[in-house]
Amino acid sequence: MKDMSEGYVTADGRKIGGVLMEMKNITLRFGGVVAIKDISFDIREGEIRAIIGPNGAGKSSMLNVISGFYIPSEGEVFYKGSKRPQMRPYQVAQQGIARTFQNIALFEGMTVLDNIMTGRLTNMKSNLFQQALWYGKANEEEMANREKVERVIDFLEIQSIRKTPVGRLPYGLKKRVELARALAAEPSLLLLDEPMAGMNVEEKEDMSRFILDVNDEFGTTIALIEHDMGVVMDLSDRVVVMDYGKKIGDGTPDEVRNNQDVIDAYLGVAHD
Amino acid sequence: MPDQLLFAMEVTLNGLMAGVLYSLVALGFVLIFKASGIFNYAQGVMALFAAMTLVGIQKGQVPFAHLINALLGTEVHHFGWHVPSILAILLTAGVMVVFAWIVERVVLKHLVNQPDIILFMATIGLAYFMEGFGDLMWGADIKKLDVGLPQGINIAIDDTTFGWFGYGFFIDNLDIVATVIAILLVISLTVFSQYSKQGRALRAVADDHQAALSVGISLRFIWVLVWSIAGFVALVAGIMWGAKSGVQFSLSLIALKALPVLMLGGFTSIPGAIIGGLIIGVGEKLFEFAIGPLVGGATENWFAYVLALIFLVFRPQGLFGEKIIERV
Repeated sequence: MKDMSEGYVTADGRKIGGVLMEMKNITLRFGGVVAIKDISFDIREGEIRAIIGPNGAGKSSMLNVISGFYIPSEGEVFYKGSKRPQMRPYQVAQQGIARTFQNIALFEGMTVLDNIMTGRLTNMKSNLFQQALWYGKANEEEMANREKVERVIDFLEIQSIRKTPVGRLPYGLKKRVELARALAAEPSLLLLDEPMAGMNVEEKEDMSRFILDVNDEFGTTIALIEHDMGVVMDLSDRVVVMDYGKKIGDGTPDEVRNNQDVIDAYLGVAHD
Repeated sequence: MPDQLLFAMEVTLNGLMAGVLYSLVALGFVLIFKASGIFNYAQGVMALFAAMTLVGIQKGQVPFAHLINALLGTEVHHFGWHVPSILAILLTAGVMVVFAWIVERVVLKHLVNQPDIILFMATIGLAYFMEGFGDLMWGADIKKLDVGLPQGINIAIDDTTFGWFGYGFFIDNLDIVATVIAILLVISLTVFSQYSKQGRALRAVADDHQAALSVGISLRFIWVLVWSIAGFVALVAGIMWGAKSGVQFSLSLIALKALPVLMLGGFTSIPGAIIGGLIIGVGEKLFEFAIGPLVGGATENWFAYVLALIFLVFRPQGLFGEKIIERV
């Protein structure tokens, strides 16, 4: 692999920056089961990084390690140049890492607008007493945050369902609202867990377009997990391939496509 | 107007006011249940504990006086000062916040992701612990609670109704105050949960823990917040009931009256707790008035529970609760 310490330029001419997040020798065990085995890779500023692999390869576990839901048994996580101490998921979120879930975790009883507003929580600084008394900064802050949220809503084209309770929305729209909530936090790193799982072709195309637009317009770094090989290859700048908890490939979509281990993992290999 | 009708009206009004007090207790249950799925058996004891603490602080009692005296052979009981009511109430609210924090630290933190029944059992344990702890701290004697709330018959209402109907309604001033305070409390809680950032976080946690974590909400902070608010509601309920019937063990049993209220109103609905309380309050008073004499009285002891049973058969989620629909 070529040296990329100073970043690189993608095929479509976008400039990718330095390392935003680095996973170093991550191992994750659940009792006797090893879900992730000694994996290292990095995510660079401004890129779309995909993690792919067959079922049970440990992709979601890896995303959970990044977002703090799992604590790695071994290994270190570096974020923005410094080693990240052991953190709880909400602290990770406060550091500017937002995520979505494979099986959608929205607040079903709240409206779309309220759901997306929760994404702004980490950016609100007024304290409990100011909030309780609606005094000082609280009011101003609410307005400023509303504006940002409205921009996200415009961007993802969900104006028409702003006041609808999320529980009533169809699956595809829920996925989009979840993306909106994550975006509202203005994250430095956006983690998407199978953003296109269970979608039809049209919805997949919409979602792909949004992911590209987000990256393009806000310069957001995105790490995503996806099953659909076609989608991944079109979207991402670099791909990590996992199989049985191990990393079997890492590189541009073209490099990965021609990697023998990857081909074996996906197509199976004859044992003789 | 016939006397019977006037009398029924008076009973209804009194029932409404009693219902407000039931609602206050039920409200504490709903708050915790919504945010954490825990049915907090200790809510009634929290009201008792809050009331005891308030009286103790107000009268300048030395906490754990009996214990200290027994251990050190001293004879201290009082600091010899009196704390003004307002300050005492604020201090007690502070004690309830500390209590909420300790509960989170010592109990809830270790039971995350346990089945609901485990958490329920934990609150039963908490209830008995608090009861004993409260007695140890402030003594088990019956105390009189007086924070300067007006009490006794409201002369103005009595006179006015006498002028209108030739029959004066007996309405207790304390009930009127309780109603006003309960209304203010509900309004401020609603506004807080709808329009503030913590309120939004609170609703988020009530809805989905995992999602709440992913947007940067600290569950532990929210739990301390919710238990503090529930403690504050318990304090208000404790003041009202304590002023009415003295601060004693039976105060914690009002929690049992909150159960039928919750079954009626639904465990997850704040308006449900209010309406449920009012229905039970009016229902049991009117039932006692109309049917009581026929069956030998004392119907107030069981009417609420029978009503709740009937509701369980026909509308198990309560009037305002969320209907449980499971996908198969």
